[in-house]
Amino acid sequence: MKLAVASGKGGTGKTFFAVNIFYSLISAGKCAILLDCDAEEPNAALFVGGEQAGFDKVCLDIPVIDKEKCLYCSKCSESCYYNAIFIIPTSSIIRVIEELCHGCGVCNYVCDNDAIGKKEKPLGYVVNYVLDNGARLIETRMDVGVYSPVKLIRAGVAAAKGASLVIMDSPPGSSCPFIHTVAGADYVVLVTEPTPFGLSDLRQSISVLRQLNKPFGVVVNKAGIGDSAIYDYLLGEDIALLMEIPFKREIAEYCARGELFAVQDIEFRKQLLAVFGKIYRNYGDRDRKR
Amino acid sequence: MEIVIVSGKGGTGKSSVAAALASLSGDVVLADCDVDAANQYILYKPQEEEFEAFTGSREALLDRTRCDNCMICIEYCRFDAISLTEGQVCISPIFCDGCGLCAKVCPGEAIVMTEHRNSMLVSASFRYGRMVFGKLAPGEENSGKLVSLVKEKARQLSFYGQKSDIIIDGPPGIGCPVIASIVGADRVIIVTEPSVAAIKDMERLLSLCSSIGLNTGVLINKSDLDREKQNEITDLCHKEGIHIHGKIPYDPMFVDAMVHCRSICEWVPGSGTVSVLRDIHRDIFNGR
Ligand code: SF4
Ligand code: SF4
Ligand code: SF4
Ligand code: SF4
Repeated sequence: MKLAVASGKGGTGKTFFAVNIFYSLISAGKCAILLDCDAEEPNAALFVGGEQAGFDKVCLDIPVIDKEKCLYCSKCSESCYYNAIFIIPTSSIIRVIEELCHGCGVCNYVCDNDAIGKKEKPLGYVVNYVLDNGARLIETRMDVGVYSPVKLIRAGVAAAKGASLVIMDSPPGSSCPFIHTVAGADYVVLVTEPTPFGLSDLRQSISVLRQLNKPFGVVVNKAGIGDSAIYDYLLGEDIALLMEIPFKREIAEYCARGELFAVQDIEFRKQLLAVFGKIYRNYGDRDRKR
Repeated sequence: MEIVIVSGKGGTGKSSVAAALASLSGDVVLADCDVDAANQYILYKPQEEEFEAFTGSREALLDRTRCDNCMICIEYCRFDAISLTEGQVCISPIFCDGCGLCAKVCPGEAIVMTEHRNSMLVSASFRYGRMVFGKLAPGEENSGKLVSLVKEKARQLSFYGQKSDIIIDGPPGIGCPVIASIVGADRVIIVTEPSVAAIKDMERLLSLCSSIGLNTGVLINKSDLDREKQNEITDLCHKEGIHIHGKIPYDPMFVDAMVHCRSICEWVPGSGTVSVLRDIHRDIFNGR
């Protein structure tokens, strides 16, 4: 089963929930992989540690223009949906703006003069970690200056393919990086906080998950701050409230130091396992259960 | 002057700080470039005045009556968005990037590109000036295009900084939306907090800002969360020559104010936190 942990708004405790439920599962003897899909800010390793055990470089094929062959017909530039080819035919200037290029290959296809070749542009890494107890962490890490983490996320999801239990730490927001993460999940846990900002961002995430037809439930973190509007919303929409985690300064301090609260608090660990059990019973991999 | 507030990691209080600085400015253009999760309009409930539709992205649509399953498109699509499912060619709207290559290669002209125009650029007035924000339709790609539009609109409304200052509430991460929000700014302010994750994000943002050559400062929120980590931030900034605009201790009033749709400066104007914010505001805008 693949369980994605996401949140519309950043900083609601999504990584906190992901690393703690992961720890609780492996300390209960489950064989699980933690997949950090937040390639722009991969932070799960800070909490679970582990020994680095190899990595794969992820690259994008981008065009290289051969100025000897180019006739400055502008076809490539006009066909590029991402405006990634800059051309001034009268001055014989043509340039690929690498930061904007999505590596789609349209320009290669439309050029009649065989003037466009390919080269590899590094986007980042998929890093493997082995933890003390044999569990694994797969981290996607985007290079600074790269426009989109999507290809890295897909590489990360592919690297975790075949594993029986994967906990995915999704990127924040509700656009592409989020969608590409949850697309591979069987169930999505949305972590939010009971504030007006939290509620607004939660609604946005939920409308995407409904379009995608993904089952999901909500964890209210930092319960006790803010107001009760979020509970009214969940009730009104008949959305499962999986768990409430009270706001405690102690928890915030554990996180600040990069420590796992579930290591200290056995009760918390039990609660997380109970949440997982409930999800697994309803959405776990049917084939494997048989 | 144009300043951008970013944080890398969410939850450091970036939006609340941006809102507070706006209310201390009095006459600003507040641009909410966190288009994925726009929050300033929730807080300030502005008078919405002007709407512009925005084409977020497009996707390939297949006309099955014209497709003879030749599979040429599958071979060409570099996003693995087209597959053969139960003997029929299918295009996944999730994975399609909208590049248009399949439509070009299809011999039967069975694929057309369709645009989505349901995202919005909104200009509005609120109690401290003008506000611009984007409403990205759920599931739309945040390519940074809408961010650039929000920013351009804000610049127009401020007469390119001649009439008033621009405060930009930036998006999370270090990808395209962030880059679009920070290029050309007079100052980038990274709101961080003394936690391992926030510090790592701050480092990545600092390297992004310096690679673009931007004037960057740091603001430490929840500064009393962890003393050691706080020192780590100050040491790091000293080493890199980054100015620290100030330190704000953890204050639950930020959330209290938010629940009541107020900035903290309006909610508890006499508090210690607000006086710290006043100093920070002065430090940012007088150092122009
Ligand atoms: S590969 Fe695609 S995005 Fe890149 S320059 Fe060519 S047409 Fe544009
Ligand atoms: S399509 Fe080919 S020949 Fe025409 S401008 Fe582009 S690279 Fe040059
Ligand atoms: S438009 Fe591009 S990404 Fe979408 S299906 Fe066609 S070739 Fe693939
Ligand atoms: S290239 Fe056109 S005709 Fe061939 S499988 Fe694709 S859509 Fe169908």
